[in-house]
Order: sequence, then structure tokens, then C-alpha cells
Amino acid sequence: MQPSRIVITGVGLTAPNGNSLAEFRRHLLTGVAGIERIDVRYMGSQLAGVCHYDALRYQTRKELRVGTRAGSISIYCAREALADTGVSLETLPKDRVGIYIGCTEHGNVETENEVYNISKFNYDTKFWSHYHNPRTVANNAAGETSLNLGTTGPAYTIGAACAAGNMGLIHASQMLRLGEVDFALCGGVSESIHTFGIFAGFKSQNALAMHAEPARASRPFDRARNGIVISEGGCLYTLERLEDARARGARIYAEIAGYHVNSDASDYVLPNPQRQAECVRAALARAGLAPAGIHIVNTHATATPLGDIQECEAIRAVFGEGCPDTHINNTKSFIGHTMGAAGALELAGNLPSFDDLTVHPTINVDDLDPQCALPGLVLNQPRPVARVDTILNNSFGMLGINSTLIVRRFVP
Amino acid sequence: MTKDDCKKLVLDIIADIAPDEDLTNVRPDVRLRDQLQLDSMDFLDIVMELRKRHGIEVPEADYLQLASLDSCAEYLTPKFNALPARG
Repeated sequence: MQPSRIVITGVGLTAPNGNSLAEFRRHLLTGVAGIERIDVRYMGSQLAGVCHYDALRYQTRKELRVGTRAGSISIYCAREALADTGVSLETLPKDRVGIYIGCTEHGNVETENEVYNISKFNYDTKFWSHYHNPRTVANNAAGETSLNLGTTGPAYTIGAACAAGNMGLIHASQMLRLGEVDFALCGGVSESIHTFGIFAGFKSQNALAMHAEPARASRPFDRARNGIVISEGGCLYTLERLEDARARGARIYAEIAGYHVNSDASDYVLPNPQRQAECVRAALARAGLAPAGIHIVNTHATATPLGDIQECEAIRAVFGEGCPDTHINNTKSFIGHTMGAAGALELAGNLPSFDDLTVHPTINVDDLDPQCALPGLVLNQPRPVARVDTILNNSFGMLGINSTLIVRRFVP
Repeated sequence: MTKDDCKKLVLDIIADIAPDEDLTNVRPDVRLRDQLQLDSMDFLDIVMELRKRHGIEVPEADYLQLASLDSCAEYLTPKFNALPARG
């Protein structure tokens, strides 16, 4: 039996340079980055991508006080996605809605806050918050979203380091095909700029970006790149089986064409180009596509000196020569690394290419690293193209998790 | 400290933990839960804020004493007045 076709019918997002798909896309095509300086506990001024969405649009002040930033970002994105696809919560069978949210990590922000809080009371744990456990459970973002929406189907997070955003979509596709749910909200979120630990950790790895001009700090493929800009963000999609989407006359953004997830099994932090290439090839095989059939490759590249080269090695191995219609870009150059949201947000940034036939560029490449000089790289200026029917989105994470997701233009 | 002073301190705490609530007409003789959107975690917030802001301990066995502003004042005012002078 043929598995159901799965389609994307709605998008809700908040990125450091936009709080809707239209605004995000406009900024990706006009070179507007979203990086600024923030004060990080114990570390002082640091570069970060900060989201400026209206948190009170869908939550009360009390909900914001009790909940987490990850929960708030998820709720905003979920509500925006539902509004975008025109589905009312009143008409959805609430027990048939699944919420699948990718997270790089969760609980660091809340735990650091509590340790800091009790430090003001001589580390007496009787001042430790009674909200600590609901705030730090791994399913927090999805659970807060189900509370806000009143949906009673499965709602949980998927921990997959920085591959998590893609994983949200992949897992939702699987659950829809299995018939576990009829409607899915899925993607990824990150609140990571609110923990000093991630900044300190990357700094200790010599992998934290530094630059005098914030907007120019995230520079994948540039010879002067010096690390990651840490960002928060979120992007949730509504996913449905094609027959359900058509029955209600939904607008269809794209169809899930293929995906693959694998593991390096080689290092805690260093990527493995061979496994990355295997992941991309397996996703292509599932989609029934040859490399030359991919029109946009959105890279994971985070602007670490080694990581970018290794991903380029993997892409070169798969796409190499003979793919004249394959264009390669990177969204982190605008918004930094949104961690668990990255895969989902970066896919969203490219989805409008099906309509506007333009590939957004990788910005901040003043001096292309020869080891990253892939054919088809779109640098600094958007590129109008004749055809965009397929987008391949890479997201890789620590402990060697790789994910590749391919979407195609919807053709009935 | 008078009982009215005490009620004001409790209302200051509630204003922070329930920021969406209109507290202008809270009736002191009616249970707080019957007139405001407060759940059990919010009452733990009141207990925590009394501890943090004022050094007042409310043992679990006495939580019912926080039911209304009047009962709060009855229960808490002697505790406030028994605190050692600050400064």
C-alpha cells in the first residue's frame, strides 16, 4: 500500500529578523540580518539572535510568568500556523491533533535561573521555585502548547540537538502516515539565548562568533568566519495527509518528498562528512530523486571553521558536478543558529521560492573560503532562477545526529 | 503593622503573581480563590514570596489561613509584628 502523501498547509514562526513568513522572507531577500548584542549572565555583552514577537498576542501575563520562553515561542508559532492555515480549534477533533516539537535542549535556562535565584539566599534550597519541574521537563514546550490550545492528542518534544527542527517534521509525517493523528503541529523551537551555559560552552570550544558589527557576525563559508551566533526562534508547521488537506480546501505550501536520519557514531562534536553524505543520499532515494533533481540545498553550516568545510565535503560528494540547477544557500548567515528551531525555520525561509522563483543568498561572504567553494553557492545577492520544484534541507547536531528533509512543489 | 498594612502587602504579592487580575475590588471576607483566578501553585507563590520578601514562614498545615484577605491579616499580622526589627 502506498503511504499517504503528507503536505505542509500552514506556517507560524518567529525569527530574529521576522515574526511571520512574509516578513522573514522579505528580509532574507533584502539582506536584513537579525543579530544584536545582549547581556548574558556572568559573561557580559554577547552577540545573539533575539525574537521580538508579541508574546501577549496568545498568552496572558500570568501564563508568561509561569511558563518558559520555549513554551511561549511554541504557543506563538502554533497559533500563527493555525491562523495561517485557517483552521479553527473549535472544529478540530482535539484528541486527533499531535504536537511534535524539536528541541536542542531544554531546562538549562530555568535551572540556571533557579541556581542564580538561590544564590541570593545563601543557596538555601527552600527558595527554589515550585515551578522548576514543570518548567524543566523535556516535554515542556509541547505541553505548554497543548495547554494553551486545549488539544488532547499526543504532545511531546523530540531531542535531537540541532537536527531537531527537521525531526519535528519528519516525526509528524510518520505519525500522520501511521494514522496516530489526523493533524499535526510540528517543527522546532529554541530559547537557548537565555542560558549562559551555551555561550560559555561554545566559547570554551573556541566556536563562539565575534565581530564588531552584529549583522556581519554570522558568516558561513567566509574565510574570516569564527564561530556560531547563538539565537532563539521557533517555527511550527501544520502537516496533514493530502486527502484531508484537499477535503477542507487547504492551501498547500509543499509536499514532504523524502527524509532520512542517521548517526555519525564517530565523535561528540566533530561532524562526519561521510555520514552526512549518506544521510543526504538516503533522503534522495526515499524521495525518488537524483541529486540533479534538487533545486535548492539549504545548508546546516554554522560558521565554525571546520564544520562548514566538512558539510561542503559531504555536499560536494553528493552533488559535485553535473547539477547545474542545484543552488546552495545558508539561512544562518541572517539569523544565527536557532538551534532546535534551525531546521524548521531555515526550511520556511526557502519555501516561498516555489512561488517567487528566487533563491535567498548566504550573506556576509566577503572572501569565500576555497574549501567551501561549492558550485551553485548563492552568495550575498538573491538569485532569480528558472525553476524551483524541490528543496533539500540539512540539519545536523552534536553527538552526530544528521537529518535531511526534502520537500517538493505540490503537484496534484 | 496593622491588619490593613498586612492586607496591602498580601495584595502586592498577588498583583505580581496574578498580573492579569483586577484587584481594585477584592472583598476581604471572601475566599481569594472564589474571586480571582488562583490555583494551588499560585498559593505556593504567595507562601514563597512571603518567605523571600518578608522572611515569614507559613507551614503547610497553616495554608488554609491564607484563604481570604481577612484570614491572611489575622494569621500574618502577628507574624510580621514578631519579626526582629530590620536595619
